[in-house]
Parts: sequence; C-alpha cells; structure tokens
Amino acid sequence: MTRTTNISKVTPVVGLEIHVELATQTKMFCRCINQFGDEPNTHVCPVCMAMPGSLPVMNRQAVAFSIKVGLALGCTVPEYTKWDRKNYYYPDLPKNYQISQYDLPLAAHGVFEIPLESGETKAIRVLRAHLEEDAGKNIHDLPGCTGVDLNRAGVPLLEIVSEPDMNSVEEVLGYARSMQRLVRWLGVSEANMQMGHMRFEPNINLHIEAGGQTYKTPIVEVKNLNSFRALERAVAYEISRQTSEWKADPEGFTLAKLGKQNRGYDDNTEKTVFQREKEEAHDYRYFPDPDLPAVVVDEAWRESIAGDIGELPLARRQRYMDAYRLAFQEADALTMDAATGDLLDAAVAVGAEPKRCVNLLLGRAAAIAKERDCTIADLGIAAGQLAELATMLTDSNINATSAETVLVAVIEDGGSPAEIAEVQGLLQVSDTGRLEVWVDEAIAENPDAVAKAREGDKKVLGFLMGQVMKKSRGAANPGEANKLLKQKLGG
Amino acid sequence: MSQPIDENMVRHIGTLSRIELTDDEVRTFAKQLGDVLEYFDKLQQLDTEDVAPMAHAVELTNVLADDAPRNGLSTEQALANAPQHERDFFRVPKVLGEGS
Ligand SMILES: [Zn+2]
Repeated sequence: MTRTTNISKVTPVVGLEIHVELATQTKMFCRCINQFGDEPNTHVCPVCMAMPGSLPVMNRQAVAFSIKVGLALGCTVPEYTKWDRKNYYYPDLPKNYQISQYDLPLAAHGVFEIPLESGETKAIRVLRAHLEEDAGKNIHDLPGCTGVDLNRAGVPLLEIVSEPDMNSVEEVLGYARSMQRLVRWLGVSEANMQMGHMRFEPNINLHIEAGGQTYKTPIVEVKNLNSFRALERAVAYEISRQTSEWKADPEGFTLAKLGKQNRGYDDNTEKTVFQREKEEAHDYRYFPDPDLPAVVVDEAWRESIAGDIGELPLARRQRYMDAYRLAFQEADALTMDAATGDLLDAAVAVGAEPKRCVNLLLGRAAAIAKERDCTIADLGIAAGQLAELATMLTDSNINATSAETVLVAVIEDGGSPAEIAEVQGLLQVSDTGRLEVWVDEAIAENPDAVAKAREGDKKVLGFLMGQVMKKSRGAANPGEANKLLKQKLGG
Repeated sequence: MSQPIDENMVRHIGTLSRIELTDDEVRTFAKQLGDVLEYFDKLQQLDTEDVAPMAHAVELTNVLADDAPRNGLSTEQALANAPQHERDFFRVPKVLGEGS
C-alpha cells in the first residue's frame, strides 16, 4: 500500500454525446420515408443505397430542426455550415463514408440547465451539435451471415456533445432525461428509446485527490448505449472500476500514461467491456463533401426558427410554481411535454382556477394517460371542457369525486361536462330542502347511531355522513349536508 | 512542405481503403502521389495573405429539398443487383463484435 492510495476525494468527470434521430418525414439526403419498424429494405432508393451517380440533396427540415435545438440550447448558430465525409468501412454504411460535420457544425457553445434532485439546477456546457446521417442496421441472427437493412441509412441524426461538466451518475441521467424532454418539447424527435431514437456515449474519468496530489484516470468512452438504464449502469460501473484500477496502480493507471480508451457495454452483466480495436480505426480522413453545397443560415431564417421555440420546460415549470403556486412534483409532471401545459394555460386563460385544473389533470386523467402510454394532452380534453369542469368545482356545482367521473366520460366520449353531470345525476346538491330529505332519512333509519352521535361520538357522525352521501348517490354538497346533519343532531 | 509520401504511408492508405497492393504498386503509387503533392507544394508558394480560407469548392449554397416523401425502389429492385441476399436483407459475411 503506497501513501497515495489514501484517497481524500474522488470526482467523476463525465461528458456525454447524445445522438438524436430527427422526426422528419423523409431521410436527410433523399425522399425515402423516415420510419422505424417496417419490413427490411422497403424505404430505400439509389441515394441511400449509394448507387453510383446518385446525388444527395439536403432536407431543409432536418437543418431547421437542428438549428431549433441549437438555439434552445443557447448555442451560436453560425451563418456558414458545411458537411464532410467521415470515411470508414462497415456493412451498414453503403457509401463507405458517413456524411457528417467536422469543423463547421450547425451549432456550438451553448449551455443546458438541468434540474437536480435538490431542486437546484446546474449549467452543463454544450460544446457543439452537428447534423449527420444514421447508418443502416446489421442483423446478426441470420444463419451463417449478417443481414443488412438500409431503411435507417441516411436518417438525420443530431449529435449533441457536452463538455465534461457532469460529476455524478445523477447529473448524467438528469442531463440525458432533460435532453429527451427538450427534443420532444421542440417537436424535433419522438425520442423513443425502444425505437433507438436516442443513443448515448459517455466519456468518463476520475480526478482523484490523494496524498496532496490530483491524479487523473484514463478517459473511457463507452459506445452505443441505448437506454437510460444502460447509461446509468455504465457510468456507475466505470466510476467503481476506475477507482479500483487506480488503487491497484496509482502511478500507472493515469490519463498521461494510458490516454483515451473505448469500451463497450454488456447488457447482461451491466458492465463495460474492453474493446480491441484496429490501430487505424479512428483514421477517418475527413474532407468536405463535394456533392453537398454549404448551407448559409441567414438572420431571417434563424429568427423565424427562434420565434417558434416559445417557453422551454424549465422556465415553464418555474412559472407554474410561482404563478399557479404548484408543488415541484406537480409543475414537473405538467411540463413533461409542451401540449399538456398549453392545455392548462388555455383553460386558465378563459378563467378557470389553476389549482382546480391541475388536480383534474393529475388525477384520473394522468392515470389514464399512463395506462395508454401517452401524454395527458393526447387524451383529447379541450381547454373549454377543462375550464368548464374546473369552474363547476369552484362554484360547488360538483364534488371532486363526481368531477373525476365526468372527466373520464369527457376523455372517453367527449361532450360538455355540465351536460354529462346533469345526465348522470352528478350535479352537486346544495339546496337545503333536498339535502334535508336525505339527512332526515339517514337519522330515521339509524336510531342507535344517532344516539351515540348525540353523546359526541365523532366516528359515528362520519358513518351518518356516509349514509347521507350514499342516499344522494354522491350528489350532496358534503359541506352543506354536514352542517345540516350536525344541526339536526345537536337539536 | 507537406508530409512526404513514403511506401509505408501508401500501405497504410491501402489498408484504410481496403485495397490490396503489391510491392510494385506500392512503389508506383508512392512516386505518383509524391508528384501530386509536390505540385501542391508549388501552390503553397502563392501569396494568400489576403485570401479568405475556402471551406468548400462549390460556390452554390442552400440547395435544399422539401421534406416530402417520394417513392423509392421496391425491395425486389433494391436487392436485384446485390451479389447475395437472405430473405429481404442484403447478405454479407458474418460481422463480429458490436453491431448498431
Ligand atoms: Zn433513399
């Protein structure tokens, strides 16, 4: 044991590359459909199959989507951007080069604020975001060969590269999840993990303070993680692996001696694994693609995209906490996507009480959305319907339980909440004359309970209240009925 | 001066490009590529003090297409020229290691 292994502090230093598949209708350089999950080689053409003589034409929407993400991340979007060829050989890459951006990316030097569990936020710097094409898919489970499906070849892929500003597994996950929320929010990607719309490549090393010195372990890049779980496990595993490797060899296991390394990830063991690579694997020989003219993003184009961005998730969540007085969890749940908050804001704009709307949205509606694996907004509730129902609650025309029933009916069949409540007999009764009938019946039918209640038994009072509610089929205004019941018992 | 092209570099480029080269070819290409680069060295002698760097050889910009689908090839057409296919996949020798 050497002196240096007395570690006083270990700081993980993590940067993250995120690949996001853009939700354009068509591919990046041809007009084949950009769609996951279809039969192999059904969305292909001479361009994405790299037939000789075919020429790529850039998809305007892919460029616009990328600029949108860049601007939302506070990046500089330079006026002049171009595409380069990254040369390597793999069966899923028909041209033997990938069209990517080398020295003049579409967006650079931004900052992304991510929420931490403490409720604070942390600013993670974004180095660059560039637009490139995805490769096809190799299918490995065929007998004695590999199969290639080129449906994905040429699909636009935005690669967002962070600075190494994350210092814990929590921060890495927070950044990745926030990015998923952002690209969905902006409408540029479905960011569906099962469909491979997002892939992660973290690079990780440790700054270890021991014996008055700081040691840096080799930077490890883990390739191709396609779930949040894999990302979490890979980073956590690297932190513990690098700690023990360094302890075993404090002078040798360092960045200065070993440089950068690539590792793969094994889903079964949830560990990273050493990858043997050919020496020339990273000799990509980038050069400008002569087939693709550069793109000039002028002020007018940039401004029109910027004007389209609107309020971003963190800002909206804060506004909900400030203006609507929502708890963090509520505000967070309502800002998972843009449309649900838009619905809330629209209902409030026509006069509904924010808190009533929020309770409605986060009750049965949220549960149904979860069952259907969609957003609350996808349930199709109109702002007018939500406002009407919320106002019925405010005016005590319906109780909370019945309002949930009405909301479910609205989700399932549509219609006006007031009419549904009327038809289903769910309107709340506050009228003393009608309440008195139920209260009197409950008293007459339960002489024992009444006697105990008169002696001050609170539990029995609750029982009698339950009888009143039952007789009214939930329609009695509980406050009014309770008052009346007490009055009669107190006599 | 640009980096001289020696035979090792020609072999390296050959490997990167998946081209098998005989010793004779390596010698020939080293000479030819060397001559080409020598010519570029001549260009380096020009005074480019006041010339902005050129990022792209084509002056055109913003050749962009609308994001509207058009029919491509049928699967049958797509596979027609492939040396081999397995069901509707292009068939290639077994790829080992990570696939994406
Ligand atoms: Zn195509």
